[in-house]
Amino acid sequence: MITAEQKPLSEIIEYISPYDRILLVGCNECVTVCAAGGRKEVGLLSSALNLHFLKQGRTIDIKEMTLERQCDPEYVEELVSEIDRADAILSMACGCGVQTIAERYKEKPVFPAVNTKFMGASESQGIWAERCRGCGDCLLGITGGICPVARCSKQLLNGPCGGTSNGMCEISPDVECAWCLIWERLKALGMEKRYEEIMEAKDWRPAGGGGPRKIIREDLSL
Amino acid sequence: MENFEPEIVAFCCHYCAYTAADMAGSKRISYPPNVKIIRVPCTGKVDAIHIMKALEKGADGVYVAGCLEGDCHFKNGNTRARYRVEHVQKYLEELGWETDRVAMINMSAGMGEFFARTALEFTQKIKLLGPSPIKRINIDKNQKAVSE
Repeated sequence: MITAEQKPLSEIIEYISPYDRILLVGCNECVTVCAAGGRKEVGLLSSALNLHFLKQGRTIDIKEMTLERQCDPEYVEELVSEIDRADAILSMACGCGVQTIAERYKEKPVFPAVNTKFMGASESQGIWAERCRGCGDCLLGITGGICPVARCSKQLLNGPCGGTSNGMCEISPDVECAWCLIWERLKALGMEKRYEEIMEAKDWRPAGGGGPRKIIREDLSL
Repeated sequence: MENFEPEIVAFCCHYCAYTAADMAGSKRISYPPNVKIIRVPCTGKVDAIHIMKALEKGADGVYVAGCLEGDCHFKNGNTRARYRVEHVQKYLEELGWETDRVAMINMSAGMGEFFARTALEFTQKIKLLGPSPIKRINIDKNQKAVSE
């Protein structure tokens, strides 16, 4: 899923200070799972903003709404009934959601309330870690299910660098060396031979090097 | 602010603090009437939003009273509550509010006297802090209107 973290309140406050009526929109998908912009966080942020403005002796009208998915035009359409009553929109979705709203409601300023971080998986309750860079040409089938693009600090494709030490990466004692993990995994699967195969230089065009990416499924498009 | 009587909301776990409050009552130990108790099935039920809403609605202080560490009836509800209180404190710090306005307190069902003492101490602490920033702004406005 796409992970996100709430922006500092000071930044959010700066964005919305000039406005009196705010439409605060959450998303029921990824940002709900990583507890950054779901219904609960929308309530909490709304409350925090109210505390801030009430302290200044100012009342602002914050309308809370949480859409099923903010990155889909049909769900964003649900804001139509509320949009006229708002001076600005504050979105707690990832960057995709914010942009979908901005594209649909061109006449209203839209501000992000979260910083979109990475595509990650939950390691344990409250901990998310990067697992995929969306490189567009998945290598997991040959690296034992561990991604060197997302998890090796240097994105090396043929074994570890000299910075690996006791299974950890030189950038931090908390970061595991992806190639060490790959080797251990291939060994456990009896697939050591795969480690010896040299990977050619990766084509980074599908990873975004060729400009903004798009998927077109003609069988699905209307 | 000499006659300031704070409004304090206490989220009390049914299995410990609420029973402790009951015990304080049975033992005829008085505690400040400023403390308004909300019984919850476990402090793990108390979410950050409940604390924030209490402050937003005008509470001067909020505390969550749960079981002693390791003694939660539902295993770790009180630990979760502690994390949530800390989360709210971080929010308040960002907003420039006194973080001492919210607190997590642990006690067992038999600690009636401790419940009363805690209620008294927390009330005194909030009295020293003064009305919540929301109320303060209204008081200042009223005083200004009177002086004009």
